[in-house]
Amino acid sequence: MAKTDILIAGVGGQGTILTGRIIAALAMAEGLDVKTAETHGMAQRGGSVITHVRIGEKVYSPLIPQGDGDFLLSFEKLEALRWLPYLSPGGTVIVNTQELEPLPVLTGQIEYSTGILEEIESKAARLIAADALSIEPVTRNARMVNTFLLGILAQTMEFEKEKWLLTMEQTIKAKLVDINKQAFEAGWEFAREDG
Amino acid sequence: MNDKRVIMTGNEAIALGAYEGGVTVGTAYPGTPSTEILENLARYEGVDCNWSPNEKTALEVAIGASMEGARVLAAMKHVGVNVAADPLLTLSYTGVGGGLVLVSADDPGMHSSQNEQDNRHYARFAKIPLLEPSDSEEARDYVTAALEISEKFDTPVMLRTTTRISHSRSTLVPGQRKEHEVKGFKKNPAKYVMLPGFARLRHPLVEERLLALQEEAEKSPMNRIERGSTKFGVVCSGVAYNYAREALPEASFLKLGFSHPLPEKLVREFAELVDEIIVIEELDPFFEEQLLAMHLKVPVKGKELFGLLGELGAEIIREKVLGQKIDPIRVRDEIPGRPPVMCPGCSHRGVFYTLKKLKLNVMGDIGCYTLGALPPLEAIDSCVCMGASIGLALGMAKAKPASAENTVAVIGDSTFLHSGITPLLDAVYNNAPITVLILDNSTTAMTGHQEHPGTGTTLQGEPSASVNLEGLCHALGVKRVAAIDAFDLKELRSTIKTELEAGEPSVVIIRRPCVFLLSTFDAPPAVDLEACTGCGTCIKLGCPALSMKEEKARINSTICTSCGLCEQLCRFDAIKSVLEKAGENNG
Repeated sequence: MAKTDILIAGVGGQGTILTGRIIAALAMAEGLDVKTAETHGMAQRGGSVITHVRIGEKVYSPLIPQGDGDFLLSFEKLEALRWLPYLSPGGTVIVNTQELEPLPVLTGQIEYSTGILEEIESKAARLIAADALSIEPVTRNARMVNTFLLGILAQTMEFEKEKWLLTMEQTIKAKLVDINKQAFEAGWEFAREDG
Repeated sequence: MNDKRVIMTGNEAIALGAYEGGVTVGTAYPGTPSTEILENLARYEGVDCNWSPNEKTALEVAIGASMEGARVLAAMKHVGVNVAADPLLTLSYTGVGGGLVLVSADDPGMHSSQNEQDNRHYARFAKIPLLEPSDSEEARDYVTAALEISEKFDTPVMLRTTTRISHSRSTLVPGQRKEHEVKGFKKNPAKYVMLPGFARLRHPLVEERLLALQEEAEKSPMNRIERGSTKFGVVCSGVAYNYAREALPEASFLKLGFSHPLPEKLVREFAELVDEIIVIEELDPFFEEQLLAMHLKVPVKGKELFGLLGELGAEIIREKVLGQKIDPIRVRDEIPGRPPVMCPGCSHRGVFYTLKKLKLNVMGDIGCYTLGALPPLEAIDSCVCMGASIGLALGMAKAKPASAENTVAVIGDSTFLHSGITPLLDAVYNNAPITVLILDNSTTAMTGHQEHPGTGTTLQGEPSASVNLEGLCHALGVKRVAAIDAFDLKELRSTIKTELEAGEPSVVIIRRPCVFLLSTFDAPPAVDLEACTGCGTCIKLGCPALSMKEEKARINSTICTSCGLCEQLCRFDAIKSVLEKAGENNG
C-alpha cells in the first residue's frame, strides 16, 4: 500500500483520538507501519484539535507535513477549512457540516465564516460533505459522528470492510460497539451513494 | 512486520519499559505532556505508583526508594524538573541504590506550557547521562537501558521526551518483565550524607563517572552512524531524527540516543565521512555548540538554518536544507480562531466574572483557570509558574502596601497543595494583608482529572486522608478563612470585597467540583424571549452554552449543565429554570 496520510480535525472532546486509534490499529493488523500524533492538554478544552495518522511500508515522522495529507476528516465545518493547507492538492476532504461556533462567534465579536464548503470544493480534489447529525444512528447519539465519518473514509480506502468492523470491536467499549458499527455502515453507504 | 506488534504512545511505552525493567516504585506530579506515564505504570501489577504533591517530592520519594534498593521511575514535565532541580543536582553526587530514571517531558511549541525550555541542559548541568528516544519502541528500550546504566555507573539517568514522542503512537513488540530484587538500604554516610566533607569526596567521582559514561556512549547501540551521501551529514536526536530522516532520505546520519555525555570520538569519525555537518535539533543549540567547541575539520551549522523557536517538521527541514519550498493550498486569511475555553458549568467562570466586575489585579496560576485570562473574561493579569500567584501578590503588597486592597491571588486546589502553601506562610510571617482565593474543584483538572492530597483517593484507587484546606490555612496562621459556593455570585462578590478590606492575610476557599466529575445535571433553563432584552450581560460569562441570536440570548441545551450563573445575572428574569430545583445544589 502506498503511503497514506490522514488528518483528523475537530473540536476538543469530539473524539479525534479514538478515530485515529481505530485507523492505526487496522493498519498495524494489516502488517503496515503506522504512526499517529495527537493533541492532549490545554487545547482539549473546546479548542481546535488535530490527530495525524500516517500509514506506509515505513513511517518516520509522526507529523504530516503541510501539503502532504491524502485525507482530511473533519468533525466540524470550520475546522476543515482551518486544516485545509495540510491537504495535498490531490487529497480528499470528508466533512461533517455541523457548525460548532467558537467562543468569539458565540459572544458576537465575529461571525462564523460563510461559503466554507464552496471554498473547499474549489481547492480540494474531492469533497464529501455530510450532515451527519441528520443520519441514523447519529440522530440518536451525536457521539457517533466519528464512526460515521470513518465509514466514509473506509469506503474510499483499500482495507476490507470486515477488517474495519473487527478493529472497531477490538478498540471500542463493548456496550457501544453496536451503535458504532451502525454509524460506520451508514457512513459506508453514504460514501457509496456519493460515488 | 512482526504480528506481535502493539501500538502505543510514547508515554505508554515508557511505562511498559519501566515495568519490563523491573521498576517497583513510580512517582510523579501530573503535567502535560508527561501525565499518562504514571497513569499507565500504575496499572501494572507489582508497581507502587503515587502522585506526589509536587515534582520535588516525587523525585525525593524516588531517591528514597532507590536507596532502599528498588528500581524507580520519576516522571514530570519540563518545568517540573525546575521544581525537582534541588534534589536532582545533589542526587548526581550521591548516586543511586536501585536504578533511577527521571523522565523529563519537554514541550517545544508550548502546546500546553508556559515556556519551552530545553531540558537537555539539565543533564549537562547535573553531569548525568541523557537518553533521547525517537519513537515508542525506543522509549520502551531506552527506559530499560537507562535502568542498567543507572546501576552500572551509580548515577540517575535522564530520559528526555518531547510532546511528539509522548503523545505519538508507534509500534513495538512487548517483552517480559525482569524482576528486580529490593535488597534493602545499606548505610553509607560517605555516599548518602552530603556534608561538605563527604561531598568534596563525591565530586571527583562525578567527574570520573562522566568520563566513563562518555566511553559507554561511544560504544552504545543507542548512538549510530547511518551512512548515506557524503555531501553532508546530519547530527540529531529524538523526534528530530524522524523529521530529518523523512526529509533527507539520501543524507548520512549520526543518530544520538545516548546523547550526553556526547560521544566525541564517534562525532569525529562521522565528521571524517562527510563534507559538512548539519545539526538538526529543536530549541537550543545543545549539540551544535558542543560540536563547534570540538573544532572539527568540516563546517558545522544548525541554528543559522532553523532558529531557536518551536517545533521542527519534515517540511521545514526540506525548505531550509534543500531549498524545497512547499506550495500548500491557500485559504482565506480570516478564519475565526478557536481558543480553548472553560467548559459549560465550569466552577471557575463565576469567580473570574466577579473579579473582572470588581476591576481587581489578579495574580493567576497554572491550571484550567488560567483560561480566565482569555476574552471575554480577561480577568487574569499574571501567570508565571506553579504557586507564583501568592508570592506575586505578596511582592506587590511589599512594593506598595495599598495594592493589597485591589489585588487577589487565584490558585487551584492541586496547585495550592503543589507549591502554594509556602508562599502563604510567607505572607502570614511577613504580615502581608493579601487575599488568596483557592479555587477548589476537587481535582487536578487541566491534566485530565488526577487525584491529589485533597481528593481522598490515591493514584492506585486506595482511599486516603484528604487534607482539610481550612484547617491547613488556619495552621499556617491565617486567621480569616472563608469557604463559599463558586456558583453564588452575590456571595462571591461580597466575600471578596470584605476580605480585600480586612487588613490581614485572608483565604477564600471557593468550592464546586469540576463539571467533569459530575454525571447528571438538572434540566437546563430556558430563555423567555419576550422578557429577554438582548442586553448581552449573560454573554459576558463566556459560556459556550450561551450565545446571542437575533438580539436574544440562546441556551444550547445539549451542553448546558444548569450551573445557574446566567439566571443570577439576568436582571429581566428572562432565564428561568424549567423545573423546580431539588434543594440548593443545581450543579
